[in-house]
Amino acid sequence: MGWTNIFYVFAAVLFILGIKQLSHPKTARKGNLTASIGMLIAIVTTLVAYGELDLRLIAVGMIIGAIIGSAFAIRVKMTQMPQMVAIFNGFGGGASALVAAAEFTKSGEITSFTLSTIALSVFVGTLTFTGSFIAFGKLQGFVSGRPVVFPGQQILNTVFALCLAISSIYLVMNPAQINFFYALIALSAVLGITLTIPIGGADMPVVISLLNSYSGIAAASTGFVLMNNGLIISGALVGASGMILTNIMCKGMNRSLANVIFGAVGLEQESVSGNGKQITVKSYSTEEAAMIFDAAEKIIVVPGYGLAVAQAQYAVREMADYLITKGKKVLYAIHPVAGRMPGHMNVLLAEANIPYDQLKDLDEVNPEFEDCDVALVLGANDVVNPAARNDKTSPIYGMPILDVDKSRTVIINKRTMNPGFAGIQNELFGYENSIMVFGDAKDMLQQLLKDLKEL
Amino acid sequence: MDINILTVFILAVFVGFEIITKVPPTLHTPLMSGSNAISGIAVVGAIISTKIGGEIGTWLGLAAVIFATINVVGGFMVTDRMLKMFKRD
Repeated sequence: MGWTNIFYVFAAVLFILGIKQLSHPKTARKGNLTASIGMLIAIVTTLVAYGELDLRLIAVGMIIGAIIGSAFAIRVKMTQMPQMVAIFNGFGGGASALVAAAEFTKSGEITSFTLSTIALSVFVGTLTFTGSFIAFGKLQGFVSGRPVVFPGQQILNTVFALCLAISSIYLVMNPAQINFFYALIALSAVLGITLTIPIGGADMPVVISLLNSYSGIAAASTGFVLMNNGLIISGALVGASGMILTNIMCKGMNRSLANVIFGAVGLEQESVSGNGKQITVKSYSTEEAAMIFDAAEKIIVVPGYGLAVAQAQYAVREMADYLITKGKKVLYAIHPVAGRMPGHMNVLLAEANIPYDQLKDLDEVNPEFEDCDVALVLGANDVVNPAARNDKTSPIYGMPILDVDKSRTVIINKRTMNPGFAGIQNELFGYENSIMVFGDAKDMLQQLLKDLKEL
Repeated sequence: MDINILTVFILAVFVGFEIITKVPPTLHTPLMSGSNAISGIAVVGAIISTKIGGEIGTWLGLAAVIFATINVVGGFMVTDRMLKMFKRD
């Protein structure tokens, strides 16, 4: 099988190049194409190299999969991108677990090494599958987006993990005992759920990235089951690069990965906000807000999830275009974890044809707030919460934030006074220079633009 | 176990650690989505698993092919859809 490995290595090289190109805005689209060619090569190599394949079955499976996958990919709204990635990822993890399970049902002798790798694939694959679906459910609103925490949760998880380890060991020693195999599947599935439900809010993206890394690990361990270099190399690549990306995201929030997974941010905050002092806010109409915009010279727009929910990316662009024609300077401040996924806002604003060089990231934009007249916060909350800077008891303490409060005026658009997704009350809303304009982001922006034109 | 296969695995892990260093936050979502599509490499395993005999094995193999193909096709398409929108002035 010498030549097979050469083709697999070639596919892996294309994956590496693809990921590299995906890391730069100019080459990103080409990178995705490069990687997909790598995938095609890997698939064709497998079809040619392995004899006795059930080609009809494969064709049926691939056609069904391609129809479902493309239907999802074409119809999904840009705002739903995080849950889309989660669900695709779940299928990938599920596939690895199924392959390992299929190998287990194969009659004949299985070595203990293969059995251990089967157990690992089933465990990681199933955990990825159920975890991703919970993440999907949370983002889509089928499951509560808030962290679900109950007393003894960590102990229960530890018990599950121990049972899992014991069943795996028993399975490797007594492969004839199929019940251990079922126990392994069930426990992995449950653990995927119980590890994901306590995570919520701004931490969701990290979880998706972590699950993505897991699905790579699952693929690599399936590679060990089947002794297939293509799977091992590519799975290891995704597993490792996914870990690094997860780490980059954690750093963006100034948190450790352990803190994200076991911290359950969101629940503690409710008690914190309960004891917190009442915040009095000033609520303005769009007409009054329009007058402030009219007098401003430099405006920084801070988009958050509220913009995504309201599908307000086009309305933002229209208003910004108008302000620019009036000779005003408009910038966009993008926090690394704004929205439900890192880069989520960039994708949405790009959809509305806002050039990406107008979007400024955290380090670049923070000095700009000093001489900014109006910071317009659209449905963002945690990423502009000054508690991250000055409240040691706040769960988000230490997270780098956008310094909107340094602007002359902060106009905050929110639907209601409810705290954000992470459930944290925001003292910014009560600041001297803060003004609230309530309402759906899209409606508010359209009304604001109308009022601006009438001035 | 073949020591070569372990060598390959460890080297691939190191390459994976090294390829992602400085990624602008703009590209985090597409990058995650793109590498997610690559993790659909499980499709290779799924294809091989269809030759594993037995009725249960066949059904598991078919399900694996469907799942992995959803991951691959959906993943690459959705990433392209996102990246198509990134433009400069």
